[in-house]
Amino acid sequence: MQDFVLDHVKPGMMLREALIELKNQDETLTFRHSCGEGVCGSDGMNINGLNGLACITPVETLTEPVEVRPFPGVPIIRDLVVDMTGFYKQYHSVKPFLIRYDPEPEVENIQTPEDRDKLDGLYECILCGCCSTACPSFWWNPDKFPGPAALLQSWRFLADSRDQAMEERLDNLDGPYKLFRCHTIMNCAYVCPKGLNPTKAIGHIKALMLKHSV
Amino acid sequence: MNIPIRRFDTLILGAGGGGLRAALQLARADAHVAVVSKVFPTRSHTVAAQGGVNAALANVTPDNWHWHMYDTVKGSDYLGDQDAIEYMCRAAAHLVYELEHAGVPFSRLDSGLIYQRPFGGQSRDFGGAQATRTCAAADRTGHAILHTLYQQNIRARTNFFDEYFAVDFICDDEGAVLGALTMDIATGELLVIEAKTILIATGGCGQLYRTTTNAHINTGDGMGMALRAGIPLQDMEFFQFHPTGVAGKGMLITEGARGEGGYLVNKDGERFMERYAPNVKDLASRDVVSRAISIEVREGRGCGPNADHVMLKLDHLGSDIVAKRLPGIRDTCKTFMHLDPVDTPIPVFPTAHYVMGGIPTDRFGRVVKPSGNAPEEVIPGLYAAGECACVSVHGANRLGGNSLLDILVFGRAAANDILGFLKKNRYHRPPNQEYIDKAYERFARWEKTGDGESVQSVRADLKKVMEDHCGVFRTEKIMQEGVEQIKAIRTRIPDVRLQDQSKVFNTARVEALELENLADIAMATMRSAEARQESRGAHSRIDYPDRDDARWMKHSLYSLEDDTLDYKPVRTKPMTVETFPPKKRVY
Repeated sequence: MQDFVLDHVKPGMMLREALIELKNQDETLTFRHSCGEGVCGSDGMNINGLNGLACITPVETLTEPVEVRPFPGVPIIRDLVVDMTGFYKQYHSVKPFLIRYDPEPEVENIQTPEDRDKLDGLYECILCGCCSTACPSFWWNPDKFPGPAALLQSWRFLADSRDQAMEERLDNLDGPYKLFRCHTIMNCAYVCPKGLNPTKAIGHIKALMLKHSV
Repeated sequence: MNIPIRRFDTLILGAGGGGLRAALQLARADAHVAVVSKVFPTRSHTVAAQGGVNAALANVTPDNWHWHMYDTVKGSDYLGDQDAIEYMCRAAAHLVYELEHAGVPFSRLDSGLIYQRPFGGQSRDFGGAQATRTCAAADRTGHAILHTLYQQNIRARTNFFDEYFAVDFICDDEGAVLGALTMDIATGELLVIEAKTILIATGGCGQLYRTTTNAHINTGDGMGMALRAGIPLQDMEFFQFHPTGVAGKGMLITEGARGEGGYLVNKDGERFMERYAPNVKDLASRDVVSRAISIEVREGRGCGPNADHVMLKLDHLGSDIVAKRLPGIRDTCKTFMHLDPVDTPIPVFPTAHYVMGGIPTDRFGRVVKPSGNAPEEVIPGLYAAGECACVSVHGANRLGGNSLLDILVFGRAAANDILGFLKKNRYHRPPNQEYIDKAYERFARWEKTGDGESVQSVRADLKKVMEDHCGVFRTEKIMQEGVEQIKAIRTRIPDVRLQDQSKVFNTARVEALELENLADIAMATMRSAEARQESRGAHSRIDYPDRDDARWMKHSLYSLEDDTLDYKPVRTKPMTVETFPPKKRVY
């Protein structure tokens, strides 16, 4: 652990700004960051024991001394920068893209507003990794268990009225280390900085899989 | 210096919407593509685009591409190239449908068609009633598009070099660009990527300014690389200030907020846009609205204790509209200002947002530069698309909703032309070691140790100069001072030293290389702005308040080598339709 002192916390200051000021004191302090408004998902880290985004975490709300650590359970590259390769690999593993077999129409596919509403709370994921790196099942089996972020995306496509690959998606999630490795610990939903609920999405997939297998 | 080399058909610098759209086209056509990005692709700044993408789908009101073209030409204050604008507006609908097929979760109308909202500068029938042309996924359209394009690239098995920083191009004696020197940020290892074709899609340079809607990564790296490779930058004086950045902080509040019915008020509660744009009011072009806000504040009608901003009112829209159509900006307001726009107006002020200028290209995405008597000679195999490029479809002022369109249209156009080029040019031209060494020198310079100024202090000064000397309103004197100050700042850079000499994920070194890019682009911007003695689009001169078509209906070209400006004519002839001749621009 390295100690830093920030003399002056401006009102409304976010943790990202505080880290930038500390980096101005010591440029070796290393962390990822970019948009500064919780959209790009670069600056996920463990803040006083909870995963979150530095750019939307007000310093004033944090108990001092503030303990900032890299995400738990993933290899550390340097300071707050972790190796996210495994996380991205799991994301890729759930085929996170729309699959259709019908010929493409000349115009848009029709989707009712009600069907489109089913994607709310799913498509907004920014792949920051807060959820998966807070998940004990992911810590234990990062190479086999897709983790909450990837499973949320799996449901995002299963729930899309336009997608036509339900069976292959469900087959892909069958087995002891896939979907059913989620033990509804719910750390994912607790830490998601976008207010999304991967556990709920996983529940929907489980229900669909059951329905599909009987 | 022995640096490993890898060879690809195409090297794409940047993994925002432009780079990813091109990569997708190329990977699907079985070209061997490398996408180099200094951040993981979904962190690219396309992710922050909110309001939507323009296409005349006519899902809500009657519309066609020709009206869209008219609005874009008028919006550009007649500096846009009309062949490229026609091409873009004609392609728009097809490209939006294609995105929908690829999975973009567009919001929907009751009919199940793609939701569209009105945006600034949109009209029906060549300047008639307000059009409704902006296709939206709530107020997260950029996020939806960027993620979808990345997802489809996974499917197409594109080669990604994530968190690789491109240092410089590797050229040859004839001025051809044959590859780039890149650095793996995680390890500090260098890699030369040779390619038969290169697409620059590195985005904008909003980090030139202190208060900006742009992300930390928007440092114009591709533009800096182009300048150093002897390619001029075009129309850099035209920098868009978005009317509604959060006052003092800079977060973007989408134009869609006004498209959904929001409006601006001054300290007297007056809806002041009625005075500046009697017909369309708050949905005038961005340059017009930004100037209006600046004038209101300058004349003492600003809000707040320092009278330094105006208010954006959404509290009459009702919570349903705000929750459904503007959920992202509602979150932003709650997080950063502890206010809910459903019941409290948002303090806003014009904020640096988008560079209309960039690397000069034609409508096929090919980079062009003057050569002898030809104003536009193609540099074979080199392409640029998106905010870093200047086609020019935006001219002196970009319309909201046209930047997402620009990246799609010209990302695809470049890819199409690249496929043709690859068919005719089947072999790599081996680069000369001398040029690799030259690129390496620039990189290695930062390994000098000792005492010196920090990157951060120079970067902060540079941003301050740009903000103070190249803002919404400009004068000769202020910009001349600006040029001198940027010169002075550039002379400090050789004495800057890095305290962090680690090879592992050294972000200080990345920021040092970015600073060099920013400093060169700042010079291009200030010099081009100082020279243009007229007011057009986003370039407002207090000392030259009128547009001067006789002298200035031409594109600026700034070259770094000899710090000079050159000019080339605007392409006023469209591909098939009649020219829209310059008219007085009223909204």
